[in-house]
Amino acid sequence: MSKVSEQVSQQTGEQMPAVISALYQKFGESSFVRQHTAESMPTLWLGRDKLLEVLAYLKSEYTPRFEMLLDVTAIDERVRVNRAGQPDSDFTVVYHLISYSGNCDIRLKVALSEADQNIPTIIPLWPAANWHEREMWDMFGINVTGHPNLSRIYCPPTWVGHPLRKEHPARATEMDPYTMSDAIQDREQEALRFKPEEWGMSKGTDTSEYMFLNFGPNHPAAHGVIRFALQLDGEYVIDCVPDVGYHHRGAEKMGERQSWHTYIPYTDRIDYLGGVMNNLPYVMAVEKMAGIQVPDRVQTIRVMLSEFFRICSHLLFYGTWAVDLGQLSPLFYCFVDREKAFNIIESITGGRMHPSWFRIGGLAQDLPNGWDKLIREFVDYFPARLAEYDKMIMQNTVIRQRTRGVGSMTTQDAFDWGMTGPALRATGLEWDYRKDRPYSGYENFEFEVPIAVNGDCYDRAAVRVEEMRQSCRIIKQCLENMPEGPYKSDHPLTTPPIKEKSKLHIETLIDHFLSVSWGPIMDPTEVSMTIEATKGLNMYYLINDGGSGSYRTRIRTPSFIHIQAIPFLSRGLMLADFTAVVATTDFVMADVDK
Amino acid sequence: MFALEVGSLLIIVVVFILILIPTALLGWIERRLIGFFQDRLGPNRLGPLGVMQVAADFIKMFGKEDWIPPFSDKLTFVIAPMILPIAMFLSFAVIPFAPGVGIIDLNVGLLWILAMAGLAAYSAMLAGIASNNKFSLLGGLRAAAQMISYEVFMGISILGVVILSDSFNLREIVIAQEDGWFVFPQFIGFFIFLVAGLAESHRWPLDLPEGEAEIISGYNTEYSGMKFLLFFVGEYIGLTLISALIPILFFGGWHAPFGLEFGNEIFSGLFWLSVKASFFAFFFILVRAAIPRPRYDQLMAYGWLIMLPLSLLNLLITGALVLVQGG
Repeated sequence: MSKVSEQVSQQTGEQMPAVISALYQKFGESSFVRQHTAESMPTLWLGRDKLLEVLAYLKSEYTPRFEMLLDVTAIDERVRVNRAGQPDSDFTVVYHLISYSGNCDIRLKVALSEADQNIPTIIPLWPAANWHEREMWDMFGINVTGHPNLSRIYCPPTWVGHPLRKEHPARATEMDPYTMSDAIQDREQEALRFKPEEWGMSKGTDTSEYMFLNFGPNHPAAHGVIRFALQLDGEYVIDCVPDVGYHHRGAEKMGERQSWHTYIPYTDRIDYLGGVMNNLPYVMAVEKMAGIQVPDRVQTIRVMLSEFFRICSHLLFYGTWAVDLGQLSPLFYCFVDREKAFNIIESITGGRMHPSWFRIGGLAQDLPNGWDKLIREFVDYFPARLAEYDKMIMQNTVIRQRTRGVGSMTTQDAFDWGMTGPALRATGLEWDYRKDRPYSGYENFEFEVPIAVNGDCYDRAAVRVEEMRQSCRIIKQCLENMPEGPYKSDHPLTTPPIKEKSKLHIETLIDHFLSVSWGPIMDPTEVSMTIEATKGLNMYYLINDGGSGSYRTRIRTPSFIHIQAIPFLSRGLMLADFTAVVATTDFVMADVDK
Repeated sequence: MFALEVGSLLIIVVVFILILIPTALLGWIERRLIGFFQDRLGPNRLGPLGVMQVAADFIKMFGKEDWIPPFSDKLTFVIAPMILPIAMFLSFAVIPFAPGVGIIDLNVGLLWILAMAGLAAYSAMLAGIASNNKFSLLGGLRAAAQMISYEVFMGISILGVVILSDSFNLREIVIAQEDGWFVFPQFIGFFIFLVAGLAESHRWPLDLPEGEAEIISGYNTEYSGMKFLLFFVGEYIGLTLISALIPILFFGGWHAPFGLEFGNEIFSGLFWLSVKASFFAFFFILVRAAIPRPRYDQLMAYGWLIMLPLSLLNLLITGALVLVQGG
């Protein structure tokens, strides 16, 4: 941990954050209950009646403004034991706002009782809240009043129960065996039929009828199992309704039954193009709760591998984007390069796409002997390839004609729709989590934050291309300045602990056995950790009730939120532009559906 | 009847085989070349250099279930894929392969080819409509619009050649190029014909009726087995046709470049025409690997706003020059 962030956490621990004192002043201290969390984020409980007022104040009156709604989620508190200092609640709705201008966050919580699970919608403030609120209804059964279409989002419309409630079974073995008869199949299929009236769409004008086209769930350009119900007038997209959930695996529910340690492999598979980069926010969150400071070498290796995965993910985007624009060749070139990066990852971790290689307090292994050879070759080779792709793709006239001015958004639109990562930077906002809130030692690296101006399809791609160059630069710095030292922290809660220390006598052996089988047990608290993932901000919000695993695991994935903006970006475009917009939104369905 | 002269049965059989072989091989050649261009292997397992892949493809296609969707317009669904290869084969009737080799010397040869190209458009259109699938419908509509737009200036672009050779007969057009290829006076016409030919044969990057990134496979989405094979073969015959037509119209047909004639004039003619046609087939495959697909409205605008005026201008100038020189 760096000196800077240490100082910051000390300061926030001692003083009251400015935003809290401002809220106390404006709405009265009695309206709020303050909660302390492991990462010292300002966290306030407030009454449901005050919610809209406070959010509106934070969004538009308070300076610095809280421009973006980062996350909305809920917690089923009914079987939580350690809630000292928190107001009574059966279900808690959590709002997480982020201010880019002030570089700070705030978390607001509203307590709901089991008898009255209603909460007003905040869509008028942030349109991005729409899907969060649907997710909350689907997963927790919390009724959002005033929501335009409060329907299930992940589960099929025929699903019974709300999966993230504690009484809902987590394993198939806890439920009756499932059989699909013809009658059930017909019912399920009928339930998936797109009904335009439910979405407030008209079936046609006086003179013509619209075509409703199911773009997906199996479509070559849909980038996974997602369905877009398109309302078409000829080839023009009038409106579009994304339908997700075909890839839903209940990753958050799994978090509640895995131990802290055994959940790591699940995180790899959230954004499966991000590989170990997904481990990072999770292990950092657990390390924060455990109070583990990881050695410099671990931080640098984590950064290096994360950047490799950023390159892999962006290369996949680059190639498939060109294919979606009808240019087939770059896909193969990009895959060849991606293969080289995977070979390096494999030589270090043994895995390729999902190495699950980060551990609580360290890494699974140290770097192998001669690890730098392949990397050295790669950093010399890759920039030249990128220059070639620039000529082939970015400077191609047809591609420019197809993507410039197509699907553009302003920074304000990006705030409204919760767009983060390259999509946000393409609108001209120079804000990168790695730069503005460095984690895992990113403050020690020299790199630029690429931005663009117009926020259109071309710019989103251009930002990603430049990010690959910067990632390559970071990897080069890791290569040249790899610190010596242990690959695991010497901390009692490091999992798995250092093996040598278990061989002293029987007590240390028992201790080791418990650490490996149960993993760390930490004091009850809450923590959230965010990183600049391949596709935007990826946040893990963990609630620790003192058990061997998480009481509630919340994963804020960028793809889920970005998909919501596709209708906004694609209205009035042609069908071919729509694929360009879908491609530059750059989502992975596993990251969308969790 | 079996003499080596235009229209004899022997020639008809030979020509049919002459078309079939490159058409069948094109599937393999294209994959090998694309593999070479795109850093992938291409078929390299079956037989020497994977040539037997052609046979494997056909066995696979024949072996597939020949499914007619219950929701389709069945008769049209069956007829639509036949039109394309038939129209393409018929076009070859007027192609002069070498001195004295050809099926028929039609005085309206060029018009015949344009007519057949027009007929071929029905294939995609009818398939798109008969499939009763929304993606197919979009593909069919795109095919219709693309055909209509690009046929217009495809016809106009070759009128310059007709003026210079004073004939619609392809054999006479080739003979007229004995002293100089038409590509030099008719470069604009050549360029326009090239693009239009690309569009007419639905080759990448002008394969908008199939544009897989948007409409899956367009008009042939619902097709499988033999019926899909007919589209597939039809497209390759179309590619062969366009690759043969360009040399015939603009690059001297069977005439050898730089007086490199050798041996029998028929053999030499066939050789040089194949070399030139192969070059353009190669070029079309290279274009496929290199250029992205324009958007549908951009393609239309490009056709009507740039290509059409350009081809009209070309016609006007060629006509004026011929008049001035002749007068």
